Amino acid sequence: MQTTEKTIADELREWEHQTLLPFTERRPESREVFRTQGGAALERVYTPAHVEDVDFARDIGFPGQFPYTRGPYPTMYRAQPWTMRQIAGFGTADDTNERFRFLIAQGQTGISTDFDMPTLMGYDSDDERSEGEVGREGVAIDSVDDMLDLYAGIDLEKISVSMTINPSAWILLAMYLVTAEERGFDRKKLSGTIQNDIIKEYIAQKEWVYPPRPAMRLVRDSITYSAEHLPRYNPVNVSGYHAREAGSTAIQEVAFTLAAGIAYVEEVVKAGIDVDDFAPRLSFFFVSQIDFLEEVAKFRAARRVWARVMKERFGAKKPESMRLRFHCQTAGVSCTAREPLNNIARTAIEALAAVCGGAQSLHTNGYDEALSIPSEPAMKIALRTQQILADEVGVIGTIDPLGGSYAIERLTTDIEKGCFDYFAEVDKRGGTIKCIEDNFFQMELADAAYDLHRRKEAGERHIVTVTKYRDESANPHVELHHVDEAASGRQLARLRKTKETRDAAAVQAALDEIVRVAKTDENIMPATIAAVKARATGGEIIKALRPVFGTYVETPVF
Amino acid sequence: MPIKVLVAKPGLDGHDRGAKIVARALRDAGMEVVYTGLHQTPEMIVNAAIQEDVDVVGVSILSGAHMTIFPKIMTMLSDREVDDIAVVGGGVIQEDDIPKLKAIGVREIFNAEASTQDLIDGIERIVAETGRASTRSAQALADGTRVPDPAR
Repeated sequence: MQTTEKTIADELREWEHQTLLPFTERRPESREVFRTQGGAALERVYTPAHVEDVDFARDIGFPGQFPYTRGPYPTMYRAQPWTMRQIAGFGTADDTNERFRFLIAQGQTGISTDFDMPTLMGYDSDDERSEGEVGREGVAIDSVDDMLDLYAGIDLEKISVSMTINPSAWILLAMYLVTAEERGFDRKKLSGTIQNDIIKEYIAQKEWVYPPRPAMRLVRDSITYSAEHLPRYNPVNVSGYHAREAGSTAIQEVAFTLAAGIAYVEEVVKAGIDVDDFAPRLSFFFVSQIDFLEEVAKFRAARRVWARVMKERFGAKKPESMRLRFHCQTAGVSCTAREPLNNIARTAIEALAAVCGGAQSLHTNGYDEALSIPSEPAMKIALRTQQILADEVGVIGTIDPLGGSYAIERLTTDIEKGCFDYFAEVDKRGGTIKCIEDNFFQMELADAAYDLHRRKEAGERHIVTVTKYRDESANPHVELHHVDEAASGRQLARLRKTKETRDAAAVQAALDEIVRVAKTDENIMPATIAAVKARATGGEIIKALRPVFGTYVETPVF
Repeated sequence: MPIKVLVAKPGLDGHDRGAKIVARALRDAGMEVVYTGLHQTPEMIVNAAIQEDVDVVGVSILSGAHMTIFPKIMTMLSDREVDDIAVVGGGVIQEDDIPKLKAIGVREIFNAEASTQDLIDGIERIVAETGRASTRSAQALADGTRVPDPAR
C-alpha cells in the first residue's frame, strides 16, 4: 500500500538516526557547517529527496536544446574541443605580435588581446595620465597603425580575435575593421569578440570614461552595427569575471552579468531592432573559481537562466537567441605569490570545472599570475594544461558529465533561484542602470567581498601556503616577465610618426563629424571608422566626445 | 582621538577590492577612514591627505606603476614640508622593490598576504612611532600655510 511505502526522505532520516548519529558520537565531523565559496551551506549528502523540484525534461533536458542547461550545442567537445585562448599583451604592438605567434605555434586556437591601462581608459600614450603605464600591463594601441602591426601576419579570416576593451571598445572595433579592410580581409568572415561590457565596469572593473547612459548608447551602436555588417562577430562579451574577482558570490556573478545582458537587450530592442536579429551574437564571460562543484553548477545555471530570460522576458523565437555561449578564465585571485608553482594545480582544477561546465573558450592563468603579467614559460604550461584536459583526461567524451548528480542539480537550481531573486530586486529598483547609479550592485559586492574576507580570516576557507602549511623557509624563485622599460619610448616614437605623417585637417574634420553624430541618435560607428582610417587616435576621439557625453565620477562606497 | 587614515587608489587601474576591504577593516577597528575612490593622481592624493589632516596615507597599487607613483607622492609631501603623515603601501609590489620604496620614505608595504590584523597593528605601531597628535588646523594646511604644531 502507498502509505506504508517508505519515501527517500524517510530513508534519509533513518540513515541519519541509525548510521550517522552513532558514528558522529564516536567521531564528530571536523566542522559544523561546510559552505561553498559563495557561502551556501552544503548538505552532508544529496539524495533524490533534495531534487524533487527538479524536472528532467523541464530543467535538465538535452544539450543544444532549451533550456540549454547541459550545453549550447548537441555535440559539444565531441565535435571539437573548446577554443584555447591565452590572453597576451605587453609593450608595443610588435612585442605582442611576437607572443601571439609563439602561442599559435604552440597550438593555440584563438587570440586574445590585453591592452595597457591608458588604452583601456582612453588615453593616448603621450597623455600625462599615461606616464609609467604605457605597455606595462598590456599592449599600447594608439592608432590603427599600431593595430596593423599587432595582428601582422595573422590570418584574420581564419583565427578568431578577442579584444578585452570596454569604454573605448567601439573605437577599437573600428580599428579592427579598418585593419581588416587595409589587409584585404572580408568583414563578413571576421570572427572574434570585443568585450564592450560597460555595465560591469561601473560595478566591478572600474574602467570607464563617460557616464552610464551615453556609454550604453555606444554599446548599442556597436551591437546594431555588428548585427548588420559582421555576421560572425560577437560585439559584446557580457562579463561576470570581474565582479567575482572583486569578491562577489557565485550567484552575484551570474545575476549581475545577466542583469547587464538584460539591460543591453532592452537598449537595442528600444532602438527598434528585433531581438532575434542580434541576440544570437551576444556572448558571455565567467570566471572558473576554485570551488569545483559550485562552479560547475554555476555555468549550468547561467545557461538555464539566460534561456528562460530570453524566451519568457523578451519573447525570443530563435534557439540561437536563447543559448548562452561563454568564454572562461581561471581565477586570478585564487593564485598565490607564495610557492607560485602550486598555481598550476589550482588552475588545472579550475580549468576542469570550466570544461565540465561546458565553456566555449578558455584562458588558463600562468603560475606567475599573482606576481606579474605572464612569462612565456608560464603561458606555455597554462596552455599545456588545457591540451592535457582535451587530449588525456577523457572528459570531452560525454556531454555535461556531472548532470544528474543530486548535488550539482541542487546547486544549479539554487543558483538559478538566486538569479531570479536578484532580477526581481533590480526591476523593483528601476532597472540595471538605475541600480548602478544608486550604487546597489557596488554595495552588494562590497558586502560580499568583506564577508568572504572575514570567513577566510576566521579559518573557514584556507589558502594553502598562505593561511595553512606556510613554509617560511622557502619561496622558490621563478623567472618573471621582464618589463621592458624602453617600450614606452618606442611607443611614443610610433605615435609621433603617425601624427607627423597623417593629414591633420582630415583628422580634424573626421573628429568634428563624430561630435556632430554624437549629438544626434545616428549610429556612431561609420563616423568612427572614418576617423580611425584618417589616423585619428583613440585618445583624440575619446577627448572630442567628453564635452558631449560628460565624464563619469564615482561616488565610492565601502 | 582616533587614528585617521586616507586610503588612496592612484593610477588608472580599477583593482579596488583590497582597498575597500582595508578601508572597512580599519573603520571596524575604530579608525577614521577616508577613501579617495579610483584614478587619483599623486597630487590629488597629497592634497586630500593634507586637507583631511590624516595620520596615515595607505596607497593601493596593483598596476605595476608603484615605482613611478610613490616617488611622486613622497616628493610632493616633502616639497610641501609635510613630514608627519606616514605613507604606507599595498597591492602587487614585487619584493625587490620594497627596499627601494622604504629608502625613499615609504614606511611599510603590506602585501596581499597581510591579514587585516597585521594591517591594524602595523598602522597603530607606525602612528605611535610618528608620535603625531592630530591637532593641526586642517584649514590652514589646506591653504598651504604651515602651522606650528602646538603638541610638539
